[in-house]
Amino acid sequence: MSFFEIFGFALRGVAANKLRSGLTVLGILIGVAAVILLVAVGTGSAKQVEDSLAALGTNTLTVQGGRGGDTGYRTDLTLDIVKALQDKESAPDVKSVSPVVTSAQTLTFGDASYDVNSVIGTYPSYFAASNSVVASGSGFTEEDVDQAARVVVLGPTTAEELFGTVDPVGQRIGIAGQIYSVIGVLAKKGSTGFNDPDDVAIAPLPAVQRSLTGYGPVSSITIEAASADAVAAAKAEITAILNAKMHVADGASSTPYQIRDASQLLETRTATAETFTVLLGAVAGISLVVGGIGITNIMMVSVTERTREIGIRKALGAPRRVILTQFLIEATLLSLAGGGLGVAAALIGANFEIVGIKPVVMPDSVALALGVCVAIGLFFGSYPASRAAGLRPIDALRYE
Amino acid sequence: MTAPGREQRPVLDVVDLVKTYGEGETAVHALAGVSLTVAPGDYVAIMGSSGSGKSTLMNILGCLDVPTSGTYRLDGVDVSELNESQLALVRNRRIGFVFQSFNLIARTSALANVELPLAYAGIKPAVRREQALAALDMVGLANRADHDPNQLSGGQQQRVAVARALVSQPALLLADEPTGNLDSRSTRDVLSILDGLNAQGRTIVLITHEDEVAAHAHRTIRLVDGLVVSDVRRRDITPVGVMA
Repeated sequence: MSFFEIFGFALRGVAANKLRSGLTVLGILIGVAAVILLVAVGTGSAKQVEDSLAALGTNTLTVQGGRGGDTGYRTDLTLDIVKALQDKESAPDVKSVSPVVTSAQTLTFGDASYDVNSVIGTYPSYFAASNSVVASGSGFTEEDVDQAARVVVLGPTTAEELFGTVDPVGQRIGIAGQIYSVIGVLAKKGSTGFNDPDDVAIAPLPAVQRSLTGYGPVSSITIEAASADAVAAAKAEITAILNAKMHVADGASSTPYQIRDASQLLETRTATAETFTVLLGAVAGISLVVGGIGITNIMMVSVTERTREIGIRKALGAPRRVILTQFLIEATLLSLAGGGLGVAAALIGANFEIVGIKPVVMPDSVALALGVCVAIGLFFGSYPASRAAGLRPIDALRYE
Repeated sequence: MTAPGREQRPVLDVVDLVKTYGEGETAVHALAGVSLTVAPGDYVAIMGSSGSGKSTLMNILGCLDVPTSGTYRLDGVDVSELNESQLALVRNRRIGFVFQSFNLIARTSALANVELPLAYAGIKPAVRREQALAALDMVGLANRADHDPNQLSGGQQQRVAVARALVSQPALLLADEPTGNLDSRSTRDVLSILDGLNAQGRTIVLITHEDEVAAHAHRTIRLVDGLVVSDVRRRDITPVGVMA
């Protein structure tokens, strides 16, 4: 008898038990969709971290001081060092140098007050170096720095918390008892994790030093390299200048400063995200195994339950090959329908944010989940059928 | 006592059939050496109490089970020498089997059930539909062709099963207590169909423990403890020339 006729038998077999077929399909659907979605969430979170770190600028270096490595000389990050780093002769790959002082303060506007994460005192070049774009109003200038003008640019979070719907540009706010004019608001950057980079207030360095931190050493120096490719060269030049300034001996095991670049930060965060993905992948793997056992179970039950039917068919003269083909086609239909719907469900689900993460579907995970579930469905659909088809008709007929 | 001087090959020729279940001291001899011959057109009732081995004999005759020893020739072919696929062919072409519990395939229409043996025989859909409808018509159920088994009464289901058994024009119709699960009216219906088939020359072997059912047959064989204890002929064999 022709393949199409056996195919017809299989279709009738699937349609004859709609509930059982539906449940089998559902089991496979959930298994496939869960694996694809879990892996997609893991990949999505890794990608999110990468994207937000790239937004911070990858050609930026940060020098932090005040750490170990006593050289017997003063090792604070001073404006003298800032001037040395700005020297185009000894540091040709450095585009800009911005000293940074930070201080947590309470901002006030009328009756409203808000505890800002950090008030940053710096130079205008900091805006470019830290990828901070002024969205409305303007940034401050060299002139403002020279005059120690009390002007401030607010991060979007800070502006919203303090002003609500009022336009902050042109308003006057209080920082630690001093009046500052708001001259601009930054564009939103989005969170990188624990710190909100939008919760800042940026003002000229001397103004902050005079009113808030005093004229001591700066907390860090943000340096922008000429280009992303020049980061390594810039780092070497900075190291040489700092070693000379701080009298660090050649080959010293530790330095009183630390230079961090964004790519280093990126690597750390990416590694963390990868660990997360591996973890989710492991969970997905377990759910694949559990889903596989579920598929095995329902396939075994649904075929074993039909041993008697197989007996009847054999008694009517059905060749073993025809019975096997019928059940193989039935298992294929159910597995493919379940797998296909599972992939579709996962792809639809991946369009939505899951716990704040936009899932990124990996083609590998789709192939793996689909392959494993369909293979399990096929094997455990056809194995009991082949066992039943191998029985003597009388044993299959008597099977309870 | 069997074939009255007729020079025809028997449909069934069973010699010293033994079927043993289990081994050693716990072994049960369901059949302890049964020999019998059935000529074409005969109508045989096999009787015996529960445990007499009559069902075991029936399953072996229907090629659903294999004997422990002994030979079984069906239409002159030694069945024990056939392989799995040849046996499937024999079950499909030579034997029509009617079960006590009907054994129709659930959620499948009466017509599709009757078509099944023809489908396995590789007959084209249009042809087998026609033949299946003819077989259903013969048992008086042409108007129920589209009904599923659970929409039919027990008697109707058994008549569908009879239609299924005879649709492939088998040489031998085997019925294992065909009326065992039926009320008296359905029993009469089914038996009259079997009588009609035999009148057309079909060879029928049925199992029963009811004397009224056995009275329809032309010959009654009694089994006790796996042995033939009596073999009585009441009527002559239907002339085979009438066979369609």
